[in-house]
Amino acid sequence: MAVRRDAVANIIVCVKQVPDPEAPPSAFRIDDGGKRIADSPGVSSVLNGFDENAVEAALRIKDAAGGRITVLSLGSAFAADVVKKPLSMGADDLVLLQDETFDDLDSYGTALVLSEALKRIGEFDLVLCGRQASDWDNAQAPLGIAELLGIPCITVAQKVEINGGVVVAERVLSGGYEVVEADMPALVTVSNELGEPRYPTLRGIMTAGRKQPTVWSADDLGIDRARLERRIRIMDLFLPVRDRQCEVIQGEDDADSGRLLALRLREEKLI
Amino acid sequence: MVDVLAFGEHAGGKIAPITADLIAAARGVGGRVAVVLMGGDLTGLEAQTAPLGVDKVYTVQHPLLAGESVDMLVSALEQVCRRVQPRVLLLGKTAIGRDVGPCVAFRLGVGAAQDSVAVEAGGQTGRIVATRPVYGGTAMAKVTFGSSNPQVVIMRPGAVERGSVPGAGEGVAEEAEAIEVELDESIRKVRHVETVRKESERMRLDGASVVVSGGRGLRGPEPFAMLEELAGLLGGAVGASRAACDAGWVDHSYQIGLTGATIRPDLYVTVGISGASQHMAGCSGAKRIVAINKDADANIFKEASFGVVGDWSKVLPSFMEAVRDLVRS
Repeated sequence: MAVRRDAVANIIVCVKQVPDPEAPPSAFRIDDGGKRIADSPGVSSVLNGFDENAVEAALRIKDAAGGRITVLSLGSAFAADVVKKPLSMGADDLVLLQDETFDDLDSYGTALVLSEALKRIGEFDLVLCGRQASDWDNAQAPLGIAELLGIPCITVAQKVEINGGVVVAERVLSGGYEVVEADMPALVTVSNELGEPRYPTLRGIMTAGRKQPTVWSADDLGIDRARLERRIRIMDLFLPVRDRQCEVIQGEDDADSGRLLALRLREEKLI
Repeated sequence: MVDVLAFGEHAGGKIAPITADLIAAARGVGGRVAVVLMGGDLTGLEAQTAPLGVDKVYTVQHPLLAGESVDMLVSALEQVCRRVQPRVLLLGKTAIGRDVGPCVAFRLGVGAAQDSVAVEAGGQTGRIVATRPVYGGTAMAKVTFGSSNPQVVIMRPGAVERGSVPGAGEGVAEEAEAIEVELDESIRKVRHVETVRKESERMRLDGASVVVSGGRGLRGPEPFAMLEELAGLLGGAVGASRAACDAGWVDHSYQIGLTGATIRPDLYVTVGISGASQHMAGCSGAKRIVAINKDADANIFKEASFGVVGDWSKVLPSFMEAVRDLVRS
């Protein structure tokens, strides 16, 4: 992990393709094995939202001080339009870590593979990740990457800036924030408080379409598969039934419904 | 011998509520329960753990543990785990625990179950089974651990009913032990610069008995003035969905949901909120939910007790007028 102080920053952003968390809960299905969410027509694949915030954080640093942004994604299968989105937003390169073995990793395995890929990339100053993935909501892999690489880790940032060889970030707290800093190379996880990610431009989409990702398998990374054995095993995955039997208040028109709602809540002594 | 070790948190010389949650969860697992307290100065804290019902209190006092550096806490807790060898390590999903727990697990080469709402010793093996919401709460997973210890579980605050666990809250004869840890300044990789508190006149969301929230369906910041007025009439606080915060209509301190505030009001009134799982994760503790939304198929109507399917801009003014009359009478 050589750090280049002489050139612009090398930023790596880790992103994950996930089932759309905005899809209605009723569209989700559990697959037959009872251990994962099944592909379902009502649930499309998207880039994890917090990862888009991380891409935006990287682009803001690049806008301010220059830099090169490499996007890193891990999985067994990818939708090109999903994983290429960061390129269309303005990132420079895409590295896909693709292997059948990567289909069933826990946070430990995920962090291990990503840290090996980072070692192979070699020269980087800053690693940015979303604060958590909206599928398993683990918020663990970024901490693991930093642990395995022995680099500083700052979580849940709403602002990330670099100043010489130092990263300065605002870490979201309940009722405020904390300003922290660390020597680079360092890892920072980004939260939605950073602000909305930019839209891809037409030109960006066309450039992204032409770019060929670099693809590395487990063998390319020299990963011993025994090290990827799950430390956390899924016994059961289920969709809780939520139906509170909503009492729908229906008046003559919307205004009347509003009035009747207030009366009904008073009846229940709720107001 | 300690079976379950709880990472106790404290602030301002007082044991934090999460510590009682963890001890209750630990009692549910069974065996000998210990709590570990870490800090620069633990004077008076040890005595406060007696009523919580632990078998043993470990104290780790070191000048470098003042100031809640995650790097220092991880190193200290790793050293404590190697010494005490608990089968189970419990932490709270707090700003500290959610980072310290996974880092200690990675360092010890074991797994961690993040954001768990229930924990039990499972079946014949006695390995821990943790239940955790995933996919933003759309699904629930039961997970268990490989053969290595400790089994690290990070518990969602407020998930454990403290009174429901036998033994929890009972004064148990306890022993105390101070553990020496080796720490030095080189362990600190992330440096604290300053903490900035946003002063707010607003009523706090946590603890409010009535909360009124707006979402994407409001289509702009202006309607929040009406929600403020409604909250004022009901003696409640105003919140928002993440979409409304991300759009810049209100500050992110309004955000309710998985990564925002968690609320447990008696009455939760939502306006223009579809009820995505990530939002519901922050308000599932609400006793009654009221929904005003124009989409009859919106998920919020599956979670609400009372609802109006209609245009909020017509429903809300007459609702408020009626509320105004009712609260005056």
